Amino acid sequence: MTSKAYKNPGQTALFFFIALFLLSFLIIPVVKVFYVAFIDVNTGNLTFINFVDFFNTSLFMESFYNSFYVAAMSVLLATLISLPLAYFTTRFEFKGSIIIQSLGFVPLIMPPFVGAVAMQLLFGSNGSINLLMDEYFGFTIPFMEGLNGVIFVQSLHYFPFILINLSASLNNIDRSMEESAQNLGSSGMRLFRRIVFPLAMPGYVAGASLVFIKVFDDLGTPLLLNVNNMLAPQAYLRISSIGIDDPMGYVIAVILVIFSLFAMWIASLALKGKDYSTVQKGGGGLAKRKMRPMERLIAYFIVIFILLTVLSPHFGLTMLSFGTIWSYSILPDGFTPDHYVEIFSETPEFMMNTLLYASLAASIDIILGTSIAYLVLRTKIRFRHWLDYAAMAALAVPGLVLGIGYLRTFLGASIPFGDAPLATWWVMLVIALSIRRLPYALRACTSALQQVSRSLEEAAENLGANKAKTIQRIVLPLMSGGLLAGFVTSFATAAVELSATIMLVSTESDAPLAYGIYVFMQSAAGRGPGAALGMVAVLIVGLGTYFSHRIIEKGRLERSLESNHK
Amino acid sequence: MSLKKLQSVGIELKNIDLSYGDTQVIKNVSLKINKGEFFAFLGPSGCGKSTLLRLIAGFEQCQNGEVFLGDEEVSRLPPWKRNVGMVFQNYALWPHMTIWKNVSFGLEERKLPHNEINQRVNDALELVGLQDYAQRRPNQLSGGQQQRVALARTIVIEPRVLLLDEPLSNLDAKLRVHMRQELLELQRKLGLTTIFVTHDQEEANTTSDRIAVLQDGIVQQVGSPMDLYDKPENLFVAQFLGSANVLKGKIKTEGNDAIFEGEQGLKVSLSNCDAEGSKSIIFRPQNIFLCEQGSGEADLNGIVKKREFLGNLVRYEIQVDQQQILVDEIYGLGKEPAEEGMQVGLSMDSDHVIIM
Repeated sequence: MTSKAYKNPGQTALFFFIALFLLSFLIIPVVKVFYVAFIDVNTGNLTFINFVDFFNTSLFMESFYNSFYVAAMSVLLATLISLPLAYFTTRFEFKGSIIIQSLGFVPLIMPPFVGAVAMQLLFGSNGSINLLMDEYFGFTIPFMEGLNGVIFVQSLHYFPFILINLSASLNNIDRSMEESAQNLGSSGMRLFRRIVFPLAMPGYVAGASLVFIKVFDDLGTPLLLNVNNMLAPQAYLRISSIGIDDPMGYVIAVILVIFSLFAMWIASLALKGKDYSTVQKGGGGLAKRKMRPMERLIAYFIVIFILLTVLSPHFGLTMLSFGTIWSYSILPDGFTPDHYVEIFSETPEFMMNTLLYASLAASIDIILGTSIAYLVLRTKIRFRHWLDYAAMAALAVPGLVLGIGYLRTFLGASIPFGDAPLATWWVMLVIALSIRRLPYALRACTSALQQVSRSLEEAAENLGANKAKTIQRIVLPLMSGGLLAGFVTSFATAAVELSATIMLVSTESDAPLAYGIYVFMQSAAGRGPGAALGMVAVLIVGLGTYFSHRIIEKGRLERSLESNHK
Repeated sequence: MSLKKLQSVGIELKNIDLSYGDTQVIKNVSLKINKGEFFAFLGPSGCGKSTLLRLIAGFEQCQNGEVFLGDEEVSRLPPWKRNVGMVFQNYALWPHMTIWKNVSFGLEERKLPHNEINQRVNDALELVGLQDYAQRRPNQLSGGQQQRVALARTIVIEPRVLLLDEPLSNLDAKLRVHMRQELLELQRKLGLTTIFVTHDQEEANTTSDRIAVLQDGIVQQVGSPMDLYDKPENLFVAQFLGSANVLKGKIKTEGNDAIFEGEQGLKVSLSNCDAEGSKSIIFRPQNIFLCEQGSGEADLNGIVKKREFLGNLVRYEIQVDQQQILVDEIYGLGKEPAEEGMQVGLSMDSDHVIIM
């Protein structure tokens, strides 16, 4: 074997093109944000003065504390929601498991800021639940007061991340792990504490750190609930009201990135060297037993109570979108399809823009993802792994930070062949969306390529096809299922991205759905149409999730059929 | 602890029935295993041997029957109150604990004083030769080492009996031979009543004092390895332990001699036989020999269909009418083996014929 790889100029060109793209639209903007945070506005020297100012301003310290508090409490509440659900499905032969497995993941298809206003109408101080409670019991509960509201909305939306990870790691524990402990004299809570819990811990930490960082970074939900004394809203307000030169927005951006990295580090520590998946071939997960009738009754009660709560944003949004006036009453005064008529007749651009931006962003993701996956897995170009690392690093960059970075980096530049500012050109929004979704798309593309056996390509090359022809005729067709699934997921999530959007949209005519929902929801009169737009968003994400799931399942089925034929 | 004999007890199963839903996996099994005995459950996969073992450990519940450990009836006791040591097929070492923690677990559950735990864990690890690995994690050990940890973790609690569920099946062939000797040595040293579940007759034969052969949830036969080999009570046992040739025919009495007349025209005179009528005879491949066709020695005639060279033996498959007969010949230098397709005669050693 020769040590020198066969050189292919096309591959090298592709490598440099992607490197340039990631450099321009991910690395430089983020570096710029960090740079500005450490620069003295007046002298231009490197300094820590901005951070000193930050920590000396009581509003910022309060926001910092609040963001941390909200993120931590959301993890706690999400855990309380997930624990019984995971426990019932993994330890018992419980018919309700099917309900949990299907409905438990529905919250993820509704972006949290979309449901926030509906939640206020249901759970707010004058919302349906409190009106009912006041009437029958004479007291109310401040579910939605200030930070409580953010915690409530976020945990209802993000708990499936914990549920999925926790259930998966519980299911991966082999029955013999538990039996050997029983054999050695352990049982009950002690057995759970010493064996089951530690083995499930890595999965839980991974899910919990994801929830923590999503909540910590989120801009849309606090803004819509009018909670401004948190970090992300503060950064947004500083940049949008004081201006692009104010260093505080940058300091906050740096703190957000550092926390993201920290949470990812914790998660990787929790998972490192702890492949606790102990299930043996033919063996099952933990022993399941039948519930006694009383236990079953209690279990159903808990499951239905939790599911009603976590699905309440969906009920609320549906009612809001069909309701006439809904204020200080348990239900809307009447029902009407007018809001849907309004959004489709008067502001169709929100939906048209969304379809355009999200499909462009998803296409960019799939092209970049496939290219990076191919370069990393199938070529020997030096530094090719850095493309992978750089693309994955986008995970640690909140949309808000990316938005600020674009505004600052492309400050003063104009769009090609025009004089409008470049940073707020809609194309930049598309690029920002694609960068935000790239890590997920890249993982989908990488796994799709890994499933294409190397020998299939070699056979084509052996029969005379060159690299480009092989990719076109063999690799891409075989990857198509995985790519399509990646495309649909990217599309659905890009369609409802708010935090980068809010920074980069300058005119309403260029704005996508998420921005439209945000604008509508600001006024009482706009809530109806806003909710109708929200329903459209839920529909897009829901259908997207469903189809990508179907495509992946179909691919898995076909592969298992193929291997059966061999 | 290492050389102290453990307080071992015998095991008795009485009329055990066990079903999963409508499938009955154990059918009226009764067994008595003596104190200090090395006992094997042998059978093909799905015969119920592992289920029976798990029943003794308390992981399965029987619908009928009783399980005695010594004089105590335990079938209603939960697993954690039985003090029965079990080594799992996959070892089931907990990946989040060090070797030391794995071994000390059972003692901690028994709330023993700290220094006694230290002493016993040390002794147990020393016994299996792993005292230097105490602070490692299970995934840093080889298969054989993991096996030893699983063993140490089990015997450190000084169980009343030791249950081994196919403990050697995850090891490579060489290590398997080595470990089974180690297991036997350890068992003898501790005098621990041991049940060993396996589907491998060689493993069962080399280690066990007695074997119960299981098939379809029924105990087919219990006995020492040689008893089972020499006096199988049915066809299944005969064929599961070693290879066996089976011929159908009739036994007639001629004067003082009993003569077996096979369907292939075979006539063999049998000594010490008082059976009569339609019977089968069973004989091992090493008790029949090749000879020249048509010679006076030949009891049967056939054609060599296949020849396998096994090193010490040459195994022939001879076609006699519609039936295949296996013949083993010891191989030695200068010996010329028969070729495939050759017409050969077969001569039988009638002293080693089993009548069924």
